[in-house]
Amino acid sequence: MHENFNKGKGDWRYPIAHKEAWIGIALVMFHFAWWYGFAYGFGSKPVESYTYILGFPAWFFYSCILGFIIIIILVILVVRFLFKDLPLESDEEGDRP
Amino acid sequence: MNFQVIIPLLIFLIIIFLIGVFASKKLANSSSFVQDYFLGGRELGGLLLAMTMVATYGSASSFIGGPGIAYQTGLGWVLLAMIQVVTGYFVLTILGKKFAIMARKMKAITLIDFLKERYQSKWVVLLSASSIILFLFSAMAAQWIGGARLIESITGLSYTSALFIFAASVLVYVIIGGFRAVAITDGMQGIIMVVGTVVILAGTIIAGGGIPAIMSDLMAENPNLITPFGADGSLTPLYVSSFWILVGVGVVGLPQVAVRAMSYKNSKAMHAALIIGTIVVGFIMLGMHLAGVFGRAVLPGLDTPDTVMPLLALHVLPGWLAGIVLAAPMAAIMSTVDSLLLIVSSSIVKDVYLNYIRPDAPEKNIKRISIGVTAVVGVLVFFMAIDPPAFLITLNLFAFGGLEAAFIWPVVLGLYWKGGNAMGALASIFVGVLTYIGITVYYPDAFGMHSVVMPVMLSLLSYVLGSIVGRNRKRQEHQEIINKYLL
Repeated sequence: MHENFNKGKGDWRYPIAHKEAWIGIALVMFHFAWWYGFAYGFGSKPVESYTYILGFPAWFFYSCILGFIIIIILVILVVRFLFKDLPLESDEEGDRP
Repeated sequence: MNFQVIIPLLIFLIIIFLIGVFASKKLANSSSFVQDYFLGGRELGGLLLAMTMVATYGSASSFIGGPGIAYQTGLGWVLLAMIQVVTGYFVLTILGKKFAIMARKMKAITLIDFLKERYQSKWVVLLSASSIILFLFSAMAAQWIGGARLIESITGLSYTSALFIFAASVLVYVIIGGFRAVAITDGMQGIIMVVGTVVILAGTIIAGGGIPAIMSDLMAENPNLITPFGADGSLTPLYVSSFWILVGVGVVGLPQVAVRAMSYKNSKAMHAALIIGTIVVGFIMLGMHLAGVFGRAVLPGLDTPDTVMPLLALHVLPGWLAGIVLAAPMAAIMSTVDSLLLIVSSSIVKDVYLNYIRPDAPEKNIKRISIGVTAVVGVLVFFMAIDPPAFLITLNLFAFGGLEAAFIWPVVLGLYWKGGNAMGALASIFVGVLTYIGITVYYPDAFGMHSVVMPVMLSLLSYVLGSIVGRNRKRQEHQEIINKYLL
């Protein structure tokens, strides 16, 4: 294909796309750890000893509510600072190295 | 009949119908009917992309079945539902730019177009088209049943007439409007879902006397309701985590979701969709499932938990507001059904008919056939849903699992692993689907996990092994694919 006259170099956008996919995986791992850790870390205690935040049991508040807010903030930060704007069409100006 | 409730719903249906008409006007001027009908000409902006993904994914189970189980199980089920926040950003980061760039190089419109170009194998195409048709058919039937039940419970019509109203309204706008109509109505339905969630959650909290009061009500009834382990203690951490694969990360393999990851306009739209999608998915999942749990304090002792949502709306809200809120599950169901309908008919028309039966069909015929097939599929589902099986959510999740087991590796490794080839994809789809059906039927909850986990692992293994075994076949072609798309 004409896109590869830069022989051996390949599509310059792919390394960026791959990096962003890895960031996604890291985010998912962190999310799972947070969600799981708080739910079962705090939630496994006997019900009588639960503490409450805003009316919710603490495990639920940290895992599902605070966790959700933290993830939103992380996604915003990641998209703003780590993700790059790329042209998606190959035949536009997208093939310059 | 309660007209205060029915009128907002009717207005909702009429608006949806008008969107279909509007989109069909645009279709009439289209230069490439197939591209436009099945993909809307790749022009989704960020908000619309996020909303259409959320609306497609958020289905009857998020608004009817899910809150129903939450009502029975307690906060443990909300914990499980919150896994789905992952889908808000995961699908778009994993498929992300790579998928969009490759799909454009391939001029792919459907997931199967992608698989066809990537693996250059007739059997991969036919096998994936048949899995899509088989599984999405059952997913669709589940959604139609949900839609009909909802109309039935609101209007008091018989199930069959409710099903007929539902089917007719969906079919009309999908058939005349295609993907663009589906995306625009999805956008609107997404917004309705968000508003509906806020209103019903607020109404329920007020009716229950505030969150602390609701919590102590629940604790008085059964302390397990506020633990992560579920009312009868059956939600083990392992089982809940395995749902993480089914409704979280595995969603990457769903064709109806993946097709949206190739329909966006530019990377700005994708970035916006990542953020909006995460917020909206999380918000709806948290709100609807919490409302289900809280509903137990407001309306204790329901016989059929699936009815908790409509009953709650009618109980805690004034009639007209209940009508608007009940448009939300309606919207969720319709927006899922419409995309499934389009995926199934695109598999038949584009992937089978245009690829193998009549590749040289003239534009005019394609148009007639696309519309005709969409209509026929819709009518067939209607007949399947007339005599519905009892468990709505089971059927829906069954289809999800099957598609994930079939497609997750051929898609993801097809994007990122140069060694992946047709042999691997075939093995993966074959093993994924067969083990999934086998395990679901004969050995559910294998090792305490949801039945999707083992098939997903086995299909990964098959993909890798198959690719290694098939490495020396068609070396030349494989190198060409790599040079063209993967370098």
